[in-house]
Amino acid sequence: MQSTSALPKRNAWRTLVALIRDEEARSGYLFVLPSFVFFLIFTLVPVLASFYLAFFRWNPLDPFTAATFIGADNFTELITKPDFIRTMWNTFVFVVVSVGIMICGALGTALALNQGIRAESLLRGLYYSPVVTSLVATAVIWLWIFDPQFGVVNALMELVGLPNDLRWASDPVLAMPTVIITFVWREVGYFTVIYLAGLQGIPSELKEAARIDGANAVTTFRYVVIPLLMPTTLFVLVLGILRATQNSFAVIYIMTGGGPVNATNVMVFYMYQNAFEFFRMGFASAVSLFIFILIFSLSLLQFKLIGARTEYL
Amino acid sequence: MAQTQVIEAVAPDPALTIRSRRAQNWRRIGRFILYVALVMGILFVTIPYLWMLSASLKQEREIYEPGLNFLPNSLYLQNYIDIVQDYQIIRWLFNSFLIGFIVILSNMTFTVLAGYAFARLRWPARDFLFYVYLGAMMIPIQVRLIPSFIIIKELGWVNTYQGIASLQLVEFFGVFLIRQFMLNMPRELEDAARIDGCGWFRVLWQIIIPNSKPALAALAIFTFTASWNNFLWPLVVINQEHYMTIQVGLASMKGEIIPWGLLMAGTMISAVPLFIVYIILQKLFTQGIVMSGIKG
Repeated sequence: MQSTSALPKRNAWRTLVALIRDEEARSGYLFVLPSFVFFLIFTLVPVLASFYLAFFRWNPLDPFTAATFIGADNFTELITKPDFIRTMWNTFVFVVVSVGIMICGALGTALALNQGIRAESLLRGLYYSPVVTSLVATAVIWLWIFDPQFGVVNALMELVGLPNDLRWASDPVLAMPTVIITFVWREVGYFTVIYLAGLQGIPSELKEAARIDGANAVTTFRYVVIPLLMPTTLFVLVLGILRATQNSFAVIYIMTGGGPVNATNVMVFYMYQNAFEFFRMGFASAVSLFIFILIFSLSLLQFKLIGARTEYL
Repeated sequence: MAQTQVIEAVAPDPALTIRSRRAQNWRRIGRFILYVALVMGILFVTIPYLWMLSASLKQEREIYEPGLNFLPNSLYLQNYIDIVQDYQIIRWLFNSFLIGFIVILSNMTFTVLAGYAFARLRWPARDFLFYVYLGAMMIPIQVRLIPSFIIIKELGWVNTYQGIASLQLVEFFGVFLIRQFMLNMPRELEDAARIDGCGWFRVLWQIIIPNSKPALAALAIFTFTASWNNFLWPLVVINQEHYMTIQVGLASMKGEIIPWGLLMAGTMISAVPLFIVYIILQKLFTQGIVMSGIKG
């Protein structure tokens, strides 16, 4: 430390020599080097290349035409194309609805689990178990549950006298609710655990004090628990949006393939589809930049919130 | 506590007992509703698993019978036998484990080294580089996907284990996690060793690592589950059945038209390994999650 801060700044060569002589700096660079090489090859270069590719038309399967520079054409196509607008809207619906349900479900479950009930840790373990199930497995299971002919949902509908011939994942209107239910089933336990940690972080003296002041359960909840859970809710909200935007891919790939007629096509799927099904690499890169901006800004926001989070460690 | 004892000791005031009895009734009703809600939640969570299990144990004609029949007629294990014989599912599991192992090993080395350098060593440009890594943590896979694929293709790594593992060899979130943990350790821990002339690597190996077990466990679980559940990247870099991970393999099975019983048996087999890990290490999973973030 002392040696580095006392470096002679005027002479670059001597600075370098001093750095090499400084064991602490040398070790620091050496330890960071492998991950930095990884950063260059698999993060920095790809991101820059995506920005570059977004201005090209390029189909790698077509050997006769090389990549051609087309300026901002990919972007103008994007914002004028009904497909992409539809995709953005679907992403919005998917994210808002699933995150809304997840917050309510997770908060409700966490509150119920936090009442000093019997077998709390067993129940918590069960609620969390879908999170350990992969998104692919989750999607396959729910595809079976929602199977139009032999699925349990339609069988149950028949049992209570409702129409039993709904096509769920392949119905233009019902496909979106179907993938949302599937996604929520898998993710809600994750947020339940976060809410439980938040609830357990509320000092019991505060609730005690409210009770002594004459507050009943409802008012305590409204005026003590909810405000104190605000940071948790904010954190869950941003994290939920991040996860819903990105993790929707596997569910939609398996259950609907973005269909029927783009009814469930979301941005992450649209990008994959254009790149690896239609082989429009430049156009897909342009889509990926939209995802990049969205996720990056949300992550920055989340990072502002995570500062307090790491205290739980 | 003291208050309730006093109340019990005093002769019962009739108005008070009625009120407390009513309160007690309400509490009982509340408890009842609470348990009903929890049971319903548990049913919502567990019935899909049971439905999968039951379908995997059914014969084909049983599956196509109309109406609800939750329990299979008999324990029909042929689906499991068929899936193992007709598909390379064991191979897929092996691939996923191997890649998960590579990813853990790589992160345990490179991510820990970087986290340590950021937390305990002082060197020029350290804080700047840390912000760069934080930024890297926030970059979604989609924007790296196409160029990374081109790089892997140029390296000739399509359909290889190193190709699949490559994007997860260093998790920047892990660097952050390790750094935060190591920051909280007291300086004195390494001072004595430094005075005795220990190099920085030895300090890490002999002093810091033995004191970082919770963070290392969280890192191991995070990287392994992320690798095990990863789908988009393996989907892009594998097209040979032999190299598929379990997730890609399962997805490819769904692509063909195959009997539900078989597919459910495959899904069971795909889900069980991580489930066993989860049951053994349950605490670590749910503790790690609070400090974890974006992925999973």
